[in-house]
Amino acid sequence: MTDTPRPAAPRPLRVLAAMSGGVDSAVAAARAVEAGHDVTGVHLALSANPQSFRTGARGCCTIEDSRDARRAADVIGIPFYVWDLAERFREDVVEDFVAEYEAGRTPNPCLRCNEKIKFAALLDKALALGFDAVCTGHYATVVVNEDGSRELHRASDMAKDQSYVLGVLDEKQLAHAMFPLGDTLTTKEEIRAEAERRDLAVAKKPDSHDICFIADGDTQGFLANRLGGKAEGDILDESGAKLGTHDGAFGFTIGQRKGLRIGHPAPDGKPRYVLDISPVNNTVTVGPAEALDVTALTAIRPRWCGTEPAAPGTYTAQLRAHGGETEVDAELVGGELRVSFKEPVRGVAPGQAIVLYDGTRVVGSATIATTSRRTEASV
Amino acid sequence: MAYLDHAATTPMLPEAVEAMTAQLTVTGNASSLHAAGRRARRTVEEGREAFAASLGARPSEVVFTAGGTEADNLAVKGLYWARRDAEPRRTRVLASPVEHHAVLDAVDWLAAHEGANVEYLAVDRYGRVHPDTLREAIARDPDDVALATVMWANNEIGTVMPVRELADVAAEFGVPLHADAVQAYGQLDVDFAASGLAAMTVSGHKVGGPYGIGALLLGRQYTPVPVLHGGGQERHVRSGTLDVPAIASFAVAGVLAAERREDFARTVGALRDDLVKAVLAAAPDAILGGDPAPGGRLPANAHFTFPGCEGDSLLLLLDAQGIECSTGSACTAGVAQPSHVLLATGTDPDLARGTLRFSLGHTSTAADVAAVAAAIGPAVERARTAGLS
Repeated sequence: MTDTPRPAAPRPLRVLAAMSGGVDSAVAAARAVEAGHDVTGVHLALSANPQSFRTGARGCCTIEDSRDARRAADVIGIPFYVWDLAERFREDVVEDFVAEYEAGRTPNPCLRCNEKIKFAALLDKALALGFDAVCTGHYATVVVNEDGSRELHRASDMAKDQSYVLGVLDEKQLAHAMFPLGDTLTTKEEIRAEAERRDLAVAKKPDSHDICFIADGDTQGFLANRLGGKAEGDILDESGAKLGTHDGAFGFTIGQRKGLRIGHPAPDGKPRYVLDISPVNNTVTVGPAEALDVTALTAIRPRWCGTEPAAPGTYTAQLRAHGGETEVDAELVGGELRVSFKEPVRGVAPGQAIVLYDGTRVVGSATIATTSRRTEASV
Repeated sequence: MAYLDHAATTPMLPEAVEAMTAQLTVTGNASSLHAAGRRARRTVEEGREAFAASLGARPSEVVFTAGGTEADNLAVKGLYWARRDAEPRRTRVLASPVEHHAVLDAVDWLAAHEGANVEYLAVDRYGRVHPDTLREAIARDPDDVALATVMWANNEIGTVMPVRELADVAAEFGVPLHADAVQAYGQLDVDFAASGLAAMTVSGHKVGGPYGIGALLLGRQYTPVPVLHGGGQERHVRSGTLDVPAIASFAVAGVLAAERREDFARTVGALRDDLVKAVLAAAPDAILGGDPAPGGRLPANAHFTFPGCEGDSLLLLLDAQGIECSTGSACTAGVAQPSHVLLATGTDPDLARGTLRFSLGHTSTAADVAAVAAAIGPAVERARTAGLS
């Protein structure tokens, strides 16, 4: 017996929930179940030699994390499996990370993992096995337009927004992505409270922050180990004068201030920052903070969350995972993105991703190739 | 629901449940000297006698343990230590490369920590150790061999080893041979006296008994150095309070397994044959693992390799349809590793990732086989699309 017609309930989907063992992905999976979907949990084994236990907020690929994910799946009441994507992860994320540093750039492996692992290797396998979507615990919002096209937007809670690391997703990947945490206004505290309410033991588990495959958090040590130990080179000032030596140019990041070990202060007494890394000469150039001011950049490998912009436009841009927004003019010239900043920005390094937004909507992303400084064109 | 993973564990027999529950409310430590203790001891010894008889062993040859893994460790490490202590030259351990990890890892541990010189015996493409291989290995220097260990039947691909012949070779040189008979137990005639083995491992939960109980059948002339030190309850080679309910239950299950073995092999073997036919019909390029000859493999085992498929994918797809089986290989943190058994038989590593093991048991029915027959074709097709990640 039906009286008033009701809007059709959204079609239940077969959803593969990627469960890291953390609180976000557990709550995301639980919400997907609550929304009526047929959910299967999967933990990605990304390390060939996983550590047994987590150390604080580091790592996300330990056996303990796998067990936490399994327990969450038990409580939610969904099937759970562990998939071994360690080889793909090594090839597409870890090797790339090392190679980028070796080339003097500063990669973001989380974006790379989303692009190549979670929404490529995992998604492809999921679709082939008959799933409709991959669900993760990212804080971002997918908006479905009337014509069925999709847009990726910032999460309702800007403080937790992770749309930046999803900026690499194209429309096809987005069509099969589900982010149950971004759709509602929820703070991390509320997510933890929700996990508690759902009897998920991971409710109090610390967030993971550092790079998951560098368990001890020592990125420089990791790189030194991978790139063959010390390769002593010069630290130069802007004029090219030698100020000191370093143990390998790959260990530095543009904008870095600590760990330069130059010894004697700058003539003006102001702190010095890494301005430039040249792997070819194995030199690191340092200078004052002002010299970090970037006014424009070019970026390669653009990926668009929807249609490619046809004309130059004004956008807001985000340059790192927890960075703020800045206004830019951007133009696509021969497949390369040219961006100029309305106000100079600091700490921009080749290898990082620039994500363009139109309001809250993610327009696309690209990998920074070159930057122009106010003082002189560089890199 | 089609449960086809009996090699992992099989449902307890009602008689075994009854025997166990009857003992759970009875108080008494079998080592105590008072009436309650004597009553418990009597239960243990009656169980031991019936159990031993069902295995062609003497009661004094039964050492109860907390399972197959412990029995394997006691045999491998204990015999190694005892033989080496008696004669320091004896540090060579001969093992098949297709052993269960309970043996394999114990052997590797001896190599890493106790100076053992481990030599893996070559196997044929069905994973079988030939008596001549063992003979050649021992004869090279009979005086430095501590022990040999070759499983009775393989847990993954079901291949049966020529245990009697291997035991004869070992006996010729005075080398103790241990066999992990966990998978063979209940399916083959694992008669300890007739086998000529020095030691043999069996486990409760693979034959309808409870978890957490197993036994090492141990020739009376062998005194392995204990792995567990303590009260010396079992022949002074295995300490720990005797688990009266588990022993009583295990004994019932063991006796029934022996009684029903021939019937089991016939009926379950016929179902298994149907399953193999159905799978090969639905997925013609599937490769049957292990020895295809009827007498060469466990009657309840069916193992397949599906080229181009990931075993994990197949397992997920079948699991979603209520068909429960295994990829057949050991897991590390839930991740299936390429099977060391298949690699030892010379299988290509990529191919070795696409395996499934169906193992039948006393509750298996024609409906289980029909469920697999209906599901396997589409599952293989789908898993092949997903490919190898």
